[in-house]
Amino acid sequence: MSAPLAQYLLTGLTIGAIYALVALGFAIIYNASHVINFAQGEFVMIGGMATVSFASLGLPLLAAIPVAVLAAVAVGLALEKFAVEPARGASVVTLIIITIGASILLRGLATLVWDKNLHSLKPFSGERPIELAGATILPQSLWVLGVTLAIVLALGGFFGRTLTGKAMLAASHNRLAAQLCGVNVRFVLLLSFGLSAALGAIAGILIAPITLTSWDVGVMLGLKGFAAAILGGLGSGAGAVVGGLALGILESLGAGYLSSAYKDAIAFVIILAVLFFMPNGLFGMKSTERV
Amino acid sequence: MNWKTPRTGGLAALAAVILLLPLALANNYWYEVAILIGINAIVCVGLNLLVGYAGQISLGHAGFFGLGAYGSAILTARYGWPSAAALVATTAGVALLALLVGRPILKLKGHYLAMATLGMGVIISIVIVTEDRLTGGPDGMSVPAFTLPGLSLAGERTWYWITGIALLAAVWIALNLIESPAGRALRALHGSEVGAQVSGVDATRAKVGVFVISAVFASFAGSMAAHYSGFITPGKVGFFHSIELVTMVVFGGMASTFGAVIGAATLTLLPQLLTVLKEYEMVVFGAVMIATMVFLPRGFLPSLMLELKKNRK
Repeated sequence: MSAPLAQYLLTGLTIGAIYALVALGFAIIYNASHVINFAQGEFVMIGGMATVSFASLGLPLLAAIPVAVLAAVAVGLALEKFAVEPARGASVVTLIIITIGASILLRGLATLVWDKNLHSLKPFSGERPIELAGATILPQSLWVLGVTLAIVLALGGFFGRTLTGKAMLAASHNRLAAQLCGVNVRFVLLLSFGLSAALGAIAGILIAPITLTSWDVGVMLGLKGFAAAILGGLGSGAGAVVGGLALGILESLGAGYLSSAYKDAIAFVIILAVLFFMPNGLFGMKSTERV
Repeated sequence: MNWKTPRTGGLAALAAVILLLPLALANNYWYEVAILIGINAIVCVGLNLLVGYAGQISLGHAGFFGLGAYGSAILTARYGWPSAAALVATTAGVALLALLVGRPILKLKGHYLAMATLGMGVIISIVIVTEDRLTGGPDGMSVPAFTLPGLSLAGERTWYWITGIALLAAVWIALNLIESPAGRALRALHGSEVGAQVSGVDATRAKVGVFVISAVFASFAGSMAAHYSGFITPGKVGFFHSIELVTMVVFGGMASTFGAVIGAATLTLLPQLLTVLKEYEMVVFGAVMIATMVFLPRGFLPSLMLELKKNRK
């Protein structure tokens, strides 16, 4: 493997892992509520910004991170309680606009609580690049990949082996039937928003040392996460992970070999092309319309 | 004539508002706001045909608006075309593009359609920002005034009347389209695509048709905006403007042409009024968006109509 190619793949995998975490958040909320949460990117922003500000207050990183994740979870629960739950049964477009309104509100709050500047977070374990197959990788990238892998495995266990996880899956397939079997659907909804917020916040914290963080960092990451979730097939966990990694690698290769100005456009062109041939994404289930 | 139908009474009411509004417009700033409302309303009337009536979401219509604006701007400023020829060529070009991309895109449904239209809008906006030799890049470009032989259209008052007439024409076209067989086909599609097909509606054709019409409305409004303001930046092409446009349609009331006009007016006016809040502007705007959608999920005008009907009984 040539050195530039290895470098592009490593860079792509790192950013792809972040997209995958955001996409998983989209998938979890979509499964529980059939809502596309356009405020998902703001969880990423809150995670990064809150960690930076707690760390600057003198909290050690090991304490700042959990507190920041909890803060994002609280915001996620509030979003479900005060914006999504009251609008139950509204149309898809209405719900999209509600979550977009929430994202504008949260960004506005971020500029009030923090500011409009770029902030940096110290890497978790040093900044000395590691040589790998002729390419270099930052220790922080290893953190991103490792934590993402751990989260994906943990989620797999949660949905496959625990009663709560299975209840969430059941509610996503058929809300009414799940309710009849004794699943507390309202709790599932809350849980899904909390879990997604935690995933988004973790993604934001992991990436902050590499790309810096600011009040509007969630916009593009949210869009990319949505694109990854759609590419993989909405509601599919494996799809979200594969979609995220694929999107990251495609972008990185596009920037490296074609044009860095057009890297986002290249990614979107490929997503459109995939959707034209596979209208339900890579792993999405085909849905039939009942008349 | 029955003055209670939208096609007669509604149109007459809109014409009256446009005629009388200048009495309340104190200075050029308010004329500018009124023109901006008119331009947004034209886009929303078209977008409402697609989103409200046919039930096909689009998160990329700012792209068509931008193509209209930059098409007119580039043809007149860089290639010296007459404004009218540039307007016709740009509108035709956007119609053709919408026809080409509409077919594969509109096969998608729900959130996949949202993603595809969003992607289309983002691609258009990236191209406009990156091709800076033609478009001026992020800084934008200036646009010559709209000229016809022996006549140059400039000034707030002139453009107010142009926008007013164009808006009336757009509403008139939309209202007629909705009452035509094609419009009924669209509404059938919204209810159930399979059901409509079984009843003999060519779903693909109907969807692509309305997609092209809404793109043409957006492109035309974009060309108008470019010539009116004399300057165009990529800000009006991006994802946020697309969202703003859809929000206007949903706020006013889906599947209500006058609702789209009211939505455009309210949401164009709101940021102007909120500027007094300075740093709290975004928070309040977001909260207003959430609150209206939670309390009026059907939009402003349909909710109002429903309330009036209830009271009459």
